[in-house]
Amino acid sequence: MSYWEFLQTFGQRFLEGTLVTAEQFVLASMLAIFAALIAGLARLSRNPVINGTAVVYIEIFRGTSLLVQLFWVFYVLPLFGITLPKFVAGFVSVGLNVGAYGAEIVRGAIQSVPKGQYEAAIALNMTPAQRMRRIVLPQALMIMLPPWGNLLIELLKGTALVALISVADLMFQAKQINAANYLSAQAFGTALIIYYLLARFLITPAMRWAERVVARKMGLA
Amino acid sequence: MSVESYPLELTGSDIPMVRFAGVTKRYGPLTVLDSLDLDIAANEMVSIIGPSGSGKTTVLRMLMTLETINDGVIYVDGQPLTHMPRNGKLVPADESHMRKQRMNVGMVFQHFNLFPHMTALENCMEAPVQVLGLPKAEARERSVELLKLVGLEDKMNQHPARLSGGQQQRVAIARALAMRPKVMLLDEVTSALDPEVIGEVLNVIRYLNKEYKLTMLMVTHQMGFAKEISDRVCFFFAGNIAEQGSPDQLFGDPQNERTKQFLRAVLDAN
Amino acid sequence: MFHWRWDFVWQILPDLLRATENTLIASVLGYAIALVLGLVLALAQRTPWQALTWAVREAVEFIRSTPLVLQIFFVFYVFPQFGVRLSPWTSGMIAIGLHYASYLSEVYRAGLDGVPRGQWEACRALNLSTGRTYFRIIIPQALPIALPGMGNYLVGIFKDTPMLSVIGVAELMHTANAIGSEYYRYLEPYTLVGLIFLAISLPTAAGMRWLEAAVRRALGMTK
Repeated sequence: MSYWEFLQTFGQRFLEGTLVTAEQFVLASMLAIFAALIAGLARLSRNPVINGTAVVYIEIFRGTSLLVQLFWVFYVLPLFGITLPKFVAGFVSVGLNVGAYGAEIVRGAIQSVPKGQYEAAIALNMTPAQRMRRIVLPQALMIMLPPWGNLLIELLKGTALVALISVADLMFQAKQINAANYLSAQAFGTALIIYYLLARFLITPAMRWAERVVARKMGLA
Repeated sequence: MSVESYPLELTGSDIPMVRFAGVTKRYGPLTVLDSLDLDIAANEMVSIIGPSGSGKTTVLRMLMTLETINDGVIYVDGQPLTHMPRNGKLVPADESHMRKQRMNVGMVFQHFNLFPHMTALENCMEAPVQVLGLPKAEARERSVELLKLVGLEDKMNQHPARLSGGQQQRVAIARALAMRPKVMLLDEVTSALDPEVIGEVLNVIRYLNKEYKLTMLMVTHQMGFAKEISDRVCFFFAGNIAEQGSPDQLFGDPQNERTKQFLRAVLDAN
Repeated sequence: MFHWRWDFVWQILPDLLRATENTLIASVLGYAIALVLGLVLALAQRTPWQALTWAVREAVEFIRSTPLVLQIFFVFYVFPQFGVRLSPWTSGMIAIGLHYASYLSEVYRAGLDGVPRGQWEACRALNLSTGRTYFRIIIPQALPIALPGMGNYLVGIFKDTPMLSVIGVAELMHTANAIGSEYYRYLEPYTLVGLIFLAISLPTAAGMRWLEAAVRRALGMTK
């Protein structure tokens, strides 16, 4: 069949798969940002317990493979009494994994805020909490947006792995269509194109827009 | 004399606004301030000059609690800043004691350090609202007045990125004044400015010195300005005051050989 | 609840260690391919032929922005349909090599772009040949900039080898899956796999940081 016929026949399934991928992406992103903020700030703490816990989280999730983490969460965690439905196991693994990388971005960004800003805040007698909340974090936000843009694309690619625990996302649909019809080039090719469109024409422009908004808040646009 | 035996507070009718008593600051093996004794009277305008590495910026930074102290005590308005009384003796101050004392001191930095994500007005309002707990309307009123004073009322809704260096520094002065400190520290505030905008900042300082009841401590390379405006000039060398006196004395008839060398070198450069 | 069985651990460890060997070979091989191919892709984006530069640029963007696991499936299933029979190993190596070549081409590009323009101009002024310019002047300066990225991707490739399990390559993850489904016990296999990954990736990452510092020192460029 021609490619057009292929799309007409299976388009619906690709759409459904893309929807699930989008859901995984949004949920995993929210978890990743949350985890990254907490772990990133914890890494800057002078308390050895807080700092150490963050280091352990970051090193474990960065030092092992996302696929391994995914399988561990889905197959091994139940033995500890935590049974997550596969949809949840999916975005939790991806979110925690990407969050570990994000923590380093957050930490780096906060450390990039010029020392003079800290000193001005001290001179004005602000408390450390006020300093972080009102002066440092807003500036760190501007610094960390570009690397986060790249990280979110990595996150999108990571969600493809949840198909391997049978979550019915885009890649899962492509695999199914291939298994049933051997139209490998069309099935996998279409999936690749859709991922590409999501990354290049949705995520990247969205991040550029966010960067522009923040720049305007700093009077730089 | 160990720290413990320093007075818990300065008493009397004629106490200095700022006192450095035997203050020493070390960075590892390097001694930057060497048992410094320095008194600054209320409303006095003192300029500090000297070669780089002489410890002059460190004096300001320690007064602003940006650096820790290794020996000696710093007093502000009669109360210890770096230490606090406990059981009748002085011990190193904790953060809450320092916060209380720090209220009396404000600082303007060489590189302005304005908050880039806030407008000029917001920069000035930030600390009065957050730290002093002023209602926004009152903080706003105070800040607008100060921005008027430094001649930047029409720029109050601009971000620092849109302001020239001279304008940013004037906003920084307004921002420091908004906290109504008793002591103002000026750390080479014109060194990072293009020559044509230095004058506008010096004018503001001139005005402050004349019209405000403010104790000012200024580290500067602007010798002419220091001579014109100061009540006293201190020449620092190798971590202590090598010579000090009225501007006429120090610039006109320096006694110390090092002072003479420095002034000669500075004049040569100009 | 769970119950950790040490006897099971000793029973399966030899298989897992043998699989680790496969994983390491796959990583090193894939990385070697990516190093070379990445350079080709990077240089192909600096040619005077606009069409080629543009085409390579778009291809690199496409590969970088799409999931590796999907690319592995693509290579494994699609090539045979054009008459090219590929073993799982070969498909896997092609897919991983190409994927990481795209990443590395970006790292090389950043490295080359990071060398100040004045260096190129000085070489032109001294009439150095293109070869000498690249090898004696530009690349030594591009290297410290590129090295962190290159090191990251070595560790990255190692951690991505489990994706090869989906097409039947007998690396670590695939072996753990096989053990798990054979004995109905997943706790020990997956945990051991995790630990083995940590045991290899953490020292490698540390080694990479040491290497970067050593290279910078050797080139007299300590910050």
